[in-house]
Amino acid sequence: MNATMSTTAERMAMLPEDVPRDAMIVTRNLQREYDMGGEIVRALRGVDVTIRKNEFVAIMGPSGSGKSTLMNMIGCLDSPTGGEYWLNGFRVSELADDELARIRNKEIGFVFQTFNLLPRATALHNVELPLVYAGIGAKARVAKATEALRQVGLADRMHHRPNELSGGQRQRVAVARALVNDPSIILADEPTGNLDSATSAEIMALFEDLYKGGQTIVLVTHEHDIATHAARQIHLLDGRIEKDILTEKSS
Amino acid sequence: MMIGETVAVAFQSIRANKLRTALTMLGVIIGVAAVIAMVALGTGAQRAVEDRINALGANLLTIYAGQSYNRGVASSSRVSLTTDDADAIQRDATLITAVVPEMQSSLQIKFGNKNINTNVIGTTANYAAVRNYTVPFGRMFTPGDNVSRQRYAVLGWEVPVMLGGNAAAMMGQTITIRGIPFEIIGVLSQKGAAGSFSNPDEQILIPLQTARYRIFGTDRLRSLTVQIAEGVPLERGMVDFERILRREHKIAPGAENDFRVRNQQDILATQQQATQVFTALLASIAGVSLLVGGIGIMNIMLVSVTERTREIGIRKALGATRSNILMQFLIEAMVLSFVGGTLGILLGSGAAVTLSRLAGWNTYVSPMAIFVAFVFSAAVGLFFGILPARRAASLDPIVALRYE
Repeated sequence: MNATMSTTAERMAMLPEDVPRDAMIVTRNLQREYDMGGEIVRALRGVDVTIRKNEFVAIMGPSGSGKSTLMNMIGCLDSPTGGEYWLNGFRVSELADDELARIRNKEIGFVFQTFNLLPRATALHNVELPLVYAGIGAKARVAKATEALRQVGLADRMHHRPNELSGGQRQRVAVARALVNDPSIILADEPTGNLDSATSAEIMALFEDLYKGGQTIVLVTHEHDIATHAARQIHLLDGRIEKDILTEKSS
Repeated sequence: MMIGETVAVAFQSIRANKLRTALTMLGVIIGVAAVIAMVALGTGAQRAVEDRINALGANLLTIYAGQSYNRGVASSSRVSLTTDDADAIQRDATLITAVVPEMQSSLQIKFGNKNINTNVIGTTANYAAVRNYTVPFGRMFTPGDNVSRQRYAVLGWEVPVMLGGNAAAMMGQTITIRGIPFEIIGVLSQKGAAGSFSNPDEQILIPLQTARYRIFGTDRLRSLTVQIAEGVPLERGMVDFERILRREHKIAPGAENDFRVRNQQDILATQQQATQVFTALLASIAGVSLLVGGIGIMNIMLVSVTERTREIGIRKALGATRSNILMQFLIEAMVLSFVGGTLGILLGSGAAVTLSRLAGWNTYVSPMAIFVAFVFSAAVGLFFGILPARRAASLDPIVALRYE
């Protein structure tokens, strides 16, 4: 597949004319319909979003607004039924399952509400996992994973299993795992949903640090205080963008 | 993703659930062990038959008197085989290295105050050599003993026991056959019952001429055993003596033979066929249990896929492709069946050895059986692992991630 072989610059040149050259995420009239036993549910009814490199965006909306569907699309976990989607220049909306798996592996770092760590594996091994699927050798994996854990402040806990870690520590492991393969975007789905407020603040501070370090972060949340950490808020309602506002409160 | 990683993950999840893993493997262990033990038993039986063929002499043909035919109708009188026939074959045959005539009857034997009834065979001195006997005690009678009609007796291995004596001590002592005293000059080596009506270890040999003139009073033979020369096909040897016997018996061209030929190999080939069927039967019953073991693996793997739906979702989100997941579960199933198969081979071989030690049965664990069991157990893992692995691989990551 030559799309994955090409350089970023070559791919960027193939983006639509009207988008900035540093766009990480570009969607055009993105649609997703579900067939629920004969009844067509239109979860996304044409979404146009452009997210540039090193943006910190919160996607918000009430349940049923389509924000989870949009997150699945952006995360390449699901394919749209209409419209187009480019991620880091890859025309993802055209890709097949295995190519999507590669895009997820190389371009996206996931952070989930329920952490989604492998319970029987150590923190180190959990962080290594994306590198395993990237086909990186054991030695290099351990080095990179150790570095990522150090970056989130867990260097001393890396041989512990998730059940030996606190909720905040688990989410830090998940963030380290998201970072380890140098992804184009970090996609966080309600990352503080299972954490108390103090720990939530810690995790959000971590995201802000990453943002300042040049990362592109997409945060899906329904909590306003969490969303205020982001520089831009996209509100969804009934499968469409209701408003797209720059807050740029971050110092 | 490298195979090494996948295998490591498989071992990890196998270790995580030790009891379940052990129980799942038990099915394969028992299945493979059963196959190994049963095939060992069958092969052992087959080998015993083969050994017996070789012990009896593979190049021997035995001729019995048969019916004479008159224009296609069997005549009522039984035609005899006589010492003259033996002499004629001895004299004229070109492809035959030995002729062993036998007279036989079950007779009363006395030794001291012991009294038994057993087969007495009048034969020539080459009997022992042709039939692959050795003479561990004393000696066999000689052609000279035969010509001079010596009253010498050579006992089968079991006879001293039957007579309540001891082989070494009985040398030179006297037994009476039908009231006539014979000197014991030797004891033959052991053959083992060949599965026929008479046990060759319970017979007594006496010189043919002695038998003819002192015991039986006839020149009629029960049978004539001929040894075909080395390297000559049995069929050609048969043509050779058939020609002589037909001439001796004055059988018209085109008429049926008035004698029957039995081939030791034919008799034992039948037995061998029976043991082969027996082996196949045992192996297939054992194979069924291996199949059941395989179904057990499939069952547990399906449970495991359901249990680990979330793990599969995580792996897929982090970049695992369908084939990564497929391989992971397939290798897990194969590790289960492979380790089970290895343990089963050890257990089965152990059982076979124990059986032959304790029950005295012939067993033989062939490398071929081990190889086949190994390959088969891996195949079971592959076959029964595919369905669960495919199910795992085709899980939708979104659904899998949300799975509680």
